[in-house]
Amino acid sequence: MIDVNTLVGPYPYRYVPHPDPEILVRVLEREALRAAWVGHLPSAFWRDPTPGNAMLYTALAPFAGTLRPVPTVRPDWPRWERALDDAVAAAAPAVRAYPPQWGLGAGDPSMRALAQACGARGLTLFLTVRFEDLRQRSRLDVAGDLTAAAIRDLARTDPRTRIIVAAAGRDLIEEVHWGLTPDEQSRLFWDISWIWGPPEDHLAKLFRTMGSERFVYGTHWPLRLVQGAKANLELLPSDVAGATLANPDEIARDARLAASS
Amino acid sequence: MSDPRRQDRGASPLAAPVPLVDVHAHFWHARAGRTDWQALNDARFRAGDMMGVTCHVASVLGTYGFASPTYFPSPADVVLGNDAMLALCDAEPDRVRMYVTVNPNHTAHAIGEIERCVARGAVGVKLLASRRADDRLLDPIAELAAERGLPMLHHAWQHRRHDWPAQEASDGVELARLAARHPRLHLLLAHIGGGGDWAHTNAAIADVPNVLVDVSGSGIDRGMLDAALDAIGPERTLWACDVTMETGLAKLRALEVIGLEPEKLDLVKWGNAARIFPPGTFAADRRPPTADRA
Repeated sequence: MIDVNTLVGPYPYRYVPHPDPEILVRVLEREALRAAWVGHLPSAFWRDPTPGNAMLYTALAPFAGTLRPVPTVRPDWPRWERALDDAVAAAAPAVRAYPPQWGLGAGDPSMRALAQACGARGLTLFLTVRFEDLRQRSRLDVAGDLTAAAIRDLARTDPRTRIIVAAAGRDLIEEVHWGLTPDEQSRLFWDISWIWGPPEDHLAKLFRTMGSERFVYGTHWPLRLVQGAKANLELLPSDVAGATLANPDEIARDARLAASS
Repeated sequence: MSDPRRQDRGASPLAAPVPLVDVHAHFWHARAGRTDWQALNDARFRAGDMMGVTCHVASVLGTYGFASPTYFPSPADVVLGNDAMLALCDAEPDRVRMYVTVNPNHTAHAIGEIERCVARGAVGVKLLASRRADDRLLDPIAELAAERGLPMLHHAWQHRRHDWPAQEASDGVELARLAARHPRLHLLLAHIGGGGDWAHTNAAIADVPNVLVDVSGSGIDRGMLDAALDAIGPERTLWACDVTMETGLAKLRALEVIGLEPEKLDLVKWGNAARIFPPGTFAADRRPPTADRA
């Protein structure tokens, strides 16, 4: 199993214990997870993600077999395409983008351009709905959640582009999924880090209605307990217990194939 | 014929096979406005059985907004909810215990409901967000709870910086004021993972020995459990789920890997509950292994 939703580096609004690559490697081993896709947390809040990407590549280099870099690309920043090419050169499976933190709304032309450029280069586009629960956010954290409208727009942008969305809840997932064509749905994946389990059983309901193959394993470490995603799978009712999630390696492979075809 | 709500996948519970008391649970009923109410209750039992929950200490919050607001239930809805909870206790005597829910704005009614439901087996009092915790209106309720040895579970917002819609929420500072006026009362501050800034709660109640916390809520921030144990201690921390049981299981697993000694972990899982609830509340009621510090 691969955890697609992990980050390293400090969080600006509260203390997070040891958000370090060497700790993440130990956590993955303890949780019997094979690898992780790793972003650089501070980059979501810096104006220019370029220095954060350099730090990410350096920090993960000693753990190349386990931790795969997912650099941040800000498409309204000059020469952003260079960061995308760097990601390809570094064999990154995906790139992260944070439109709410950059003030880029649904339909933003630069985000569409990023989605197209990801499709052309065989990179998966990784989006994050939120970092923290709305009820506990700092007064400085005014970006708001990534909207369903923004995700739908990007999912419709380029038939080559694969998108993974992290930290979404049931309502937003359904609003996006059922607002897309089957072809568009097939290129969009959701991590399970923020979906409720029993007694509401949102995860089970989504597996039944959308299919478990639309979901990937993600924990939102180091902001959330790494045990959350596994616990949610273990508590599934019997009719969906053991359901198979999408394999991130295959998502990345399909993205590369789509780019080369 | 086996009970279909008791789901057993043939293995030991996901948590260690020792008593496990969920001190913050809820059940639904037919007049709560949801047609899937029975499925919700069944799912709680299913997940509880899988995890190894030995007792759900639960409340019904009126009609959950259907006939009156969840956090401001009318007296009629309070009775309706408590009756549903009493019926569930009768139906599930091995694994369900009850908080009697009250609205302190209707003080005489609240006192009457506590008397009525305790006579039928209620083991604690549940307060929502109908009135601020430090309001003097709560004093007769707190006095009665303390006199009867009933812990009082109080809905809380972790660091309430303003009024949120649909509730008159309280935070750790306000609960601490109520607790200071009622030193014999065990006041259980609800769901440190249930919204707001849990770090503020730790500071607000660290030196108030009769305020305990439950760890429930959808929030599973890394660092939250460690900080609570450091500030409040395992003797005043109780495991619970509220409405997200997967986060309860995640917290159990986290408690096991953050270095808490086994006897301290047992306090969180059941020992503290056995200490603060009336004697004999739980089938596996044994005295906790360490002295009562709360």
